[in-house]
Amino acid sequence: MIWFDLVSQLLQSLLAILLAPLLLGWINQCRAWLQNRSAPSLLQPYRMLRKLLEKDAVIAHNASWLFRLTPYVVFASMVLAASIVPIVATDLPFSPAADVIALVGLFAVARVFMALAAMDIGTAFGSLGSRREMLIAALAEPALLIVFFTPALIAQSTALTTIVEQLAHRQLHLYPSMAFAAVAFVMVLLAENARIPVDNPSTHLELTMVHEALILEYSARHLALMDWAHALKLMVYLTLGIALFLPWGVAQPGHWLALPLAVVAVFIKLALLGAGLAVLEAVSAKMRIFRVPEFLGIAFLLAVLGMLIHFLVEA
Amino acid sequence: MSLLHPVLGVVLYWLALGVVGLAVPIARGPHARLFFGLGAFGGFVLAFTGLAALGSWPLSMVLPLGLPDLPFHVRIDSLSAFFVMLLGFASTGVSVFAAGYFEKGGGGDIQLICLQYHVFLASMVMVLVADDAYLFMVAWEAMALASYFLVITDHRIEEIRRAGFLYLLVAHIGAIAILLSFGVLQLGQWSYNFSAIRDNLLSPGWAAVAFLLALFGFGAKAGFLPVHIWLPEAHPAAPSPVSALMSGVMLKTAIYGLLRVSFDLLHVQVWWWGVLALALGLFTAFYGVAFAAVQTDMKRLLAYSSIENMGIVLAGFGLTLIFHAYRMNLLAALALAATLYHCLNHALFKSLLFLATGSVMHATSHRSLGKLGGLIRRMPWVAATALVGTLAIAGLPPLNGFVSEWMLFQAFLLSTGLPNSYLNMFVPVGTAAFALIVALAGYVMVKFYGIVFLGLPRESSLEGAHDAGVLERIALVWLAAWCVVLGLAPVLVLRAIDSIPQMLIGSSLRESLNKTSWAFLTAMAPEHASYSPIVFVLVTVAVVALTFILVRRHFHGRARRVAPWDCGFPGLNARMQDSAEGYGQPIKQIFEPFFRLERHHPSPFDPKPHYRSKIEDKLWYALYLPIERLAARLSQWVGILQQGRIAMYLVYSFATLLLLLVLIR
Repeated sequence: MIWFDLVSQLLQSLLAILLAPLLLGWINQCRAWLQNRSAPSLLQPYRMLRKLLEKDAVIAHNASWLFRLTPYVVFASMVLAASIVPIVATDLPFSPAADVIALVGLFAVARVFMALAAMDIGTAFGSLGSRREMLIAALAEPALLIVFFTPALIAQSTALTTIVEQLAHRQLHLYPSMAFAAVAFVMVLLAENARIPVDNPSTHLELTMVHEALILEYSARHLALMDWAHALKLMVYLTLGIALFLPWGVAQPGHWLALPLAVVAVFIKLALLGAGLAVLEAVSAKMRIFRVPEFLGIAFLLAVLGMLIHFLVEA
Repeated sequence: MSLLHPVLGVVLYWLALGVVGLAVPIARGPHARLFFGLGAFGGFVLAFTGLAALGSWPLSMVLPLGLPDLPFHVRIDSLSAFFVMLLGFASTGVSVFAAGYFEKGGGGDIQLICLQYHVFLASMVMVLVADDAYLFMVAWEAMALASYFLVITDHRIEEIRRAGFLYLLVAHIGAIAILLSFGVLQLGQWSYNFSAIRDNLLSPGWAAVAFLLALFGFGAKAGFLPVHIWLPEAHPAAPSPVSALMSGVMLKTAIYGLLRVSFDLLHVQVWWWGVLALALGLFTAFYGVAFAAVQTDMKRLLAYSSIENMGIVLAGFGLTLIFHAYRMNLLAALALAATLYHCLNHALFKSLLFLATGSVMHATSHRSLGKLGGLIRRMPWVAATALVGTLAIAGLPPLNGFVSEWMLFQAFLLSTGLPNSYLNMFVPVGTAAFALIVALAGYVMVKFYGIVFLGLPRESSLEGAHDAGVLERIALVWLAAWCVVLGLAPVLVLRAIDSIPQMLIGSSLRESLNKTSWAFLTAMAPEHASYSPIVFVLVTVAVVALTFILVRRHFHGRARRVAPWDCGFPGLNARMQDSAEGYGQPIKQIFEPFFRLERHHPSPFDPKPHYRSKIEDKLWYALYLPIERLAARLSQWVGILQQGRIAMYLVYSFATLLLLLVLIR
């Protein structure tokens, strides 16, 4: 049984790792359609990764070991995150290793390493990106934690698997606390994944960039790992959103026959969410960096309100 | 032989080392290596004696010292043992470091420092094992005085003298409050033994007075608002090993005193005390972290970060009080364990970081963040160990800072069952504030590490910076290693300190700790929450190794070294990096109402543009300066009496005599 669990765990992690670039390709395709462009192939992100992996790495003279280590740490953190979130089934052997708080901590590890590596070379853009990324994170991270705490209070547990099992079996009606949490979660998702109102993933050499400024010095295999980790992060966030707010269809422990159904359900949900993200990006414009704290402050307040409503109305 | 003997033995040993060190006039280098190196053994013994005494039966002794009718009582129980252990682990590292640090100069007369340093250590141990209010106050004062002299080691600099005076002043105002608190606690029995005080049953009103006095008095030492102002002045003024001891260990003696008074000596705990402590703690922590983010001096930054961490400890203490007042003892045990864990963590990583700043200052003779940078290439050992400390203090898994924060979050989340609806509303807000503090701490630490160790050197003199010496490296590795161990094996640590909640609250975490294996930390029950740092590390390392191997095997590992990418604008130099001011600017902007800002912007036509900004504490202007003005005015009125002429004073004597004659006829 334990072997079976381990195999299903490995399968889930591998599936997440391998499909993350596809999700990115799908979002780009949707966006291109919405903008009336002809879209690149769905497999374009894979080709980019392959191209980058084949190139020779170009590293600045004064780069330290921290700079070279960071892509691996960031990638590994995201793989671990993808292994914790119950994507298709809730009985994952790794899931007792980390609850939602540790998951937020895991994102923080990846982010701190990225921010430090960006400062390592000593270019103006690197430290600018690092500062902005840490600012966004300092406001988004508490919002994310509070978003998680509302379902954690409902389920009386911070373990993701318990939360998902509890939420999947609740009566289907609108919970105001979860509605607030969901809105806050979407705002945090946009900020943390460098999506459009906060940051533009396709920008370069602009004074407004955040994520791209962080990884400006990376090339070849290091850049490939960073990009892959970024795609994986988006995947983890979307699956987290599914697990918390749309958990129906996830396979229960011992229901092996439900697994294929769960996989199909996740695919459909991810495709829909990806398309929704593309729509959101198509209709909004990037905001000035000084507006971002307000945006995230609203997310934080909404999350706290959700938690308060749970305390006052639902508890 | 009881476990008290080695503890008292170490105290004597340290006092003897101090006195001999004062008397032996040998050259600076051998002196520092000999005496501080020997001193480290004392710390080592204390660390393991404390560990052994945790959970053992309380032992007490009467020392043939003190006044004729007031002998010194000493006692070691689990609470004392824990803090003795903390002192031992931190001071071992600090003493080894000091042996290398003072060898190279820095600070004044080595013989004097040796005496003050060891008296400081010995008096801290005596504070922890004192079993009567008299010995406690004697040791407390000795500790304050010894640390005062250490702070003003460089007393030729006026700023340092000022910082020292401020420290001494606040320390004594605090000491008066503690003394008054003991006065209330003894309840007119005139017995200052803690064993006698424990038997006193105070009325709730007097208990509250005793608690508030203790909170203020110990708070003045721990750096809670609004008596935190000495901390950012005194910590940077002292030599680095002394800052490490003050921040890492001395602040914890205040927490020890607070725990001793509120849970051991007092019988009743009322819920609003906990609310007060929780609110004050969160506010202190937020204040500390916001100010830390805008500092430009690395030791001041760390001092503000200490305020933040002591605020977190106070918040944990407040939660413990709330739970205990409502007889939710299991949760109180969880919150108390988290509080103690954070004390231990802070002792280790803050000492580590202060020592690292010491090495940096020795290597570069700069303390300002604006003049550092790029030291990871010149000082690999210091940079690597400081990275561990930075990640730990930023609360990142799998290091130790995360464990205590995780447990505190769990305590916050489990507070839904509190039978008080006002508290139920307050707790989510508290949780949110705590989350914000934790996230901002990450910002602060990235700023600290990134500006000091990464990037290009901001001064040309940094090119010649050298790594720390062997002794300093040993000390840094010792502290960093414990940060890792405490992060990886939290269950073992919690099992060791489990006797303290048992003793103070009457409830322990044993059941939930024994439910799972040592690799899984749980809060209450595994299905409620669990966290395993070991699995965390194993998976991360495995993925890193696997990725590395796969990339190398299927692709290649070729790399070329070139100049950094300058975005097509040549002439990249070190001044284009973010400065410390620049890195803190967003925080300055967002939390502007908290700061007192003084900015001077250059006009576009200035031939030599000069930007200046000064950030000060609003509390200083709102609270301290009015008090100072009041004191000045009062003394002016008193000054009218003092004319400085002998005739005037004779008239006063005459008038007094007349008055007395009239009154006492």
